[in-house]
Amino acid sequence: MTATTGGSAAATEFLTVPFDEVLTRYEPVMGLEVHVELSTATKMFCGCAQSFGAEPNTRTCPVCLGLPGALPVVNATAVESAIRIGLALNCQIAQWCRFARKNYFYPDMPKNFQTSQYDEPIAFNGYMDVEIPAEDGEGVETFRIEIERAHMEEDTGKSTHVGGATGRIHGADYSVVDYNRAGIPLIEIVTKPITGAGSRAPEVAKAYVSALRDLMKALDVSDVRMEQGSMRCDANVSLMPIGAEVFGTRTETKNVNSLRSVERAVRYEITRHAAILDAGDKIVQETRHWHEDTGITTSGRPKSDADDYRYFPEPDLVPVAPSREDVERLRATLPENPAVRRRRLQGDWGFTDLEMRDVVNAGAVDVIEETVAAGASPAAARKWWSGDLARRANAQGVAVTELGVTPAHIAELDALVSGGRLNDSMARQVVEGVVAGEGTPTEVADARGLELVQDDGALQAAVDKVIEGNAGVVEKIRGGKVQAVGALIGQVMKEMRGQADAARARELILSTLGVEG
Amino acid sequence: MSNLSRDDVAHVAMLARIELEEHELDTLAGQLDQIVDWVGQVNEVAAADVPPMSHPLPLVNVTRPDEVRPSLSAEQALANAPDPEDGRFGVPRILDEE
Amino acid sequence: MTTTTDSTAYPDLTRLTAVQMADALAAGEFTSVELTQAHLDRIERLNPALNAFLLVDAEGALATAANVDEARAAGEELPRLAGVPIAVKDIACTRGLTTTAGSRMLEHFVPPYDATIVTKLREARMPILGKTNMDEFAMGSSTEHSAYGPTRNPWDLERIPGGSGGGSSAAVAGFLAPLAIGSDTGGSIRQPAAVTGTVGAKPTYGGVSRYGIIALASSLDQIGPCARTVADAALLHEVLGGHDPMDSTSIDAPVPPVVAAATGTRDLTGLRVGVVREIGGEGFQEGVQARFEESLDHLRALGAEIVEVSCPHFTYAMAAYYLILPSEASSNLARYDAMRYGLRVEPDGSPSAEQVMASSRDAGFGDEVKRRIILGTYALSSGYYDAYYGQAQKVRTLIARDFAAAFEQADVLVSPTAPTTAFRIGDKLDDPMSMYLNDIATIPANLAGVPGMSIPSGLAEEDGLPVGIQILAPAMEDQRMYAVGAALEARLTEAQGGFVIERLPEVPERAPAAAPHTRSDETEEARA
Repeated sequence: MTATTGGSAAATEFLTVPFDEVLTRYEPVMGLEVHVELSTATKMFCGCAQSFGAEPNTRTCPVCLGLPGALPVVNATAVESAIRIGLALNCQIAQWCRFARKNYFYPDMPKNFQTSQYDEPIAFNGYMDVEIPAEDGEGVETFRIEIERAHMEEDTGKSTHVGGATGRIHGADYSVVDYNRAGIPLIEIVTKPITGAGSRAPEVAKAYVSALRDLMKALDVSDVRMEQGSMRCDANVSLMPIGAEVFGTRTETKNVNSLRSVERAVRYEITRHAAILDAGDKIVQETRHWHEDTGITTSGRPKSDADDYRYFPEPDLVPVAPSREDVERLRATLPENPAVRRRRLQGDWGFTDLEMRDVVNAGAVDVIEETVAAGASPAAARKWWSGDLARRANAQGVAVTELGVTPAHIAELDALVSGGRLNDSMARQVVEGVVAGEGTPTEVADARGLELVQDDGALQAAVDKVIEGNAGVVEKIRGGKVQAVGALIGQVMKEMRGQADAARARELILSTLGVEG
Repeated sequence: MSNLSRDDVAHVAMLARIELEEHELDTLAGQLDQIVDWVGQVNEVAAADVPPMSHPLPLVNVTRPDEVRPSLSAEQALANAPDPEDGRFGVPRILDEE
Repeated sequence: MTTTTDSTAYPDLTRLTAVQMADALAAGEFTSVELTQAHLDRIERLNPALNAFLLVDAEGALATAANVDEARAAGEELPRLAGVPIAVKDIACTRGLTTTAGSRMLEHFVPPYDATIVTKLREARMPILGKTNMDEFAMGSSTEHSAYGPTRNPWDLERIPGGSGGGSSAAVAGFLAPLAIGSDTGGSIRQPAAVTGTVGAKPTYGGVSRYGIIALASSLDQIGPCARTVADAALLHEVLGGHDPMDSTSIDAPVPPVVAAATGTRDLTGLRVGVVREIGGEGFQEGVQARFEESLDHLRALGAEIVEVSCPHFTYAMAAYYLILPSEASSNLARYDAMRYGLRVEPDGSPSAEQVMASSRDAGFGDEVKRRIILGTYALSSGYYDAYYGQAQKVRTLIARDFAAAFEQADVLVSPTAPTTAFRIGDKLDDPMSMYLNDIATIPANLAGVPGMSIPSGLAEEDGLPVGIQILAPAMEDQRMYAVGAALEARLTEAQGGFVIERLPEVPERAPAAAPHTRSDETEEARA
């Protein structure tokens, strides 16, 4: 970035040491802070609708614009979501807790304080077990992440920087602010220091954020779209010499907004810290920015005297004191733990670890479950959702569930294939039609005239024609090179415009030539 | 209680985002030193085991249902803005922090 | 549709009480347009001297009045105060009407919404005459801290009308409005009432919605009525009170029966009236103390038993208050940063947002506001929180306990409302500490959230200026102070041959020249 000119501090931006070598000498310590935007209908403290992508400043009111005289009122559903999240993270739920004001000035924060829970979080002292592939490559290892707290707060507005070379905040001439996002409910989930992960630390970080994302989805409390910012991760990293008792100075890398980046950013910071420590320098406690494109972090701003947030209890709100009955009522609404559920489904479906991982990575667990429930075989459901459909979704940059293809469609398609009406290539054409909005699989197949030719007469005519035109190949087959039949099958399929069962074509060719298959 | 120095006042004014002029600093430092000394008498009260009171009424659990209410229009939201631009609030360049 | 008023029956409509106005309007004796116009005329004549109103909305007030008159002519059932005009302290947001809170910062701020109490006034169909002057962001006890010049006391134009709600108290005392809205964080309704010979009530904290009221200190602020009689105040209290879902700290219970209390029995037999030992004595003006003693005699005569109670921690109330208020205010006023609304001052060059904020806040806030923001920022800052804000909150608990103990021994508590009668404009402006001490009697009620009211107890002999007596009741027992206030008011009126306010001398149309710290000429022009 800007560090081409001298100075040892700038140079260390680039000086890293090999990761594995670092871990022979240092123990990494991580602390992960994840912000999750709740998908409530309205904001945390006012009745403005929250909707991603609305016209700027059309989802604001006196409260979330911080107009003189406006007062906050807590969203009941946000509190319930916070409690459910806390319970799902095995936390204790506070008997009584409050909101506080975190005071600092920033143009995207309408009141110049953030209403947030400070030392009285709604949920605290929990844990979450995450799975990473075992080091020997077989099976998984479980790593327990201790949760410090989960607390409620509100989001800020969004600034866009105008002018300057980069479009970044540095060098901009001015900024414009949209307060639609201001006041959207956030849950901040903070881990206790994560130690003992050693060289697996980056993977553990990624696995934790991934597991958290799955959990939020299962709870149906957030969209958890990292690319849209509805889930954001700040990663604190420090190193201490192996055997040391005291943590090293940490840096906080802000807004790491994809799972892959979580792993990369943690890895980068570990090696960067090591290079600095090896050189006998000190780590500066500061926030750092992660650059997705270049894969490095750069210095944000150091911790300073100005970081005096002057927290005090929010006098415009009253305490939240969930009754134990309410907590138990909410506990009863918790879904099955996603990891446990995945293991159960993998067994039911008979998938290998590798297959299951593809399914999970494609975000297709739920949709396969529904497709199987709609009558498809697990194998077919997996093949479609984590294969063809996953590729299409990926190409379009949408979730696999957003293609317009439903579990019922795939179950229907599977029935058409297993019933012998469609072959694989025809089935793919049908899917294309369904994605294009042409109707159900049967409707698409009908409209496109896709149907395997069941009548041997037409197929035999094509076989005869191909045999006649390929004397050389026929010779080879008759001479014992049966595998050469493939070339003839291809031509027969072409003659049939694909609407034939390839296996039947093979049978007919061989029987016509009088050759044993 | 330590008293409030001119430097303290300058630091606190920075936290409070008030650009004080030199003469204001002089006047305020003197007045605030006196006031801080006076309010410090709360520490004469033995209150170690007294719970703090942040609110006059013992209310808890005041919430609203998660129901949408009408928002302001962008025009209304921006009506008092010093520098509206294209449906957004124009603000001077933002120093890189937070 | 206007009927001609019998000018012999009502030589001056503005001299009536709100109750009389409401009754006469209901009886069709005059119209709301006539009543409203009479007040607008008086405002036009006297406001240049008093500077009670920052903004007069003649058009809006007359439109509401005409609307009420039509509805009445059509036989519609109307709220009790329909057609009775009112003045609103410039701390309440009024949709479409500039709302400044007495600050340069908000000189051109036009709210897109109404405060809940303004909505209630509109529903009560009361013509809103305009917005009244106040100390900037309600910080002050004299209204000298308004960016738009001081308001003058109708009893003596060289004296302060109290603060922060001096505009409302001067408007009511000067018969520019029969009723007004006040806000009371440490006495800003009661102390102005005391020094202008009017009635002011601070309801129980949470009794009236704060939504749309420009916040000073959230845990202390309370909205209440300013009036010339206890019954008038009660009527307005009833309009303002009640639960508001937009204010999390609003009490979800019916409004206490204040109107019934204010118009009920005058017999106080068996009532225990507590005199707080810690309020009064040293620092209290002789005439103030004398009127207070006299009021105690009247209360005895009404059948009450006077008991002395002790509230030992009241001694520390001022100190706790001047930590809690600035702390909350420093945060509440952080939003005035020149980004979304309000004054923006751009220093030369290519200033950052941070620099623009700091310059705008320096230019937009007056000295007292800056003083308190800095004090509050300091009290909350790292390393000082426990010794200042934290300890102040503990003292607050002890004060609330003192009240609880006192209300075991007495049904209501009484004290002089303010230590002195109205002081001269400029006298305390450069001495913030002595200004703060004005609120010594009123502040404990805000800390504990209990209701309090001030009613006139007469004139001090030494200066002929009004004196007030404060009546405090337990939380959510607002009706008690109205009952005692109404009984004492009746007794005093009888003994003194009329309401104190009826002894108001003619208000001159011109303010004395060269009063200190006046910028009213310039601001009148700017804002008229």
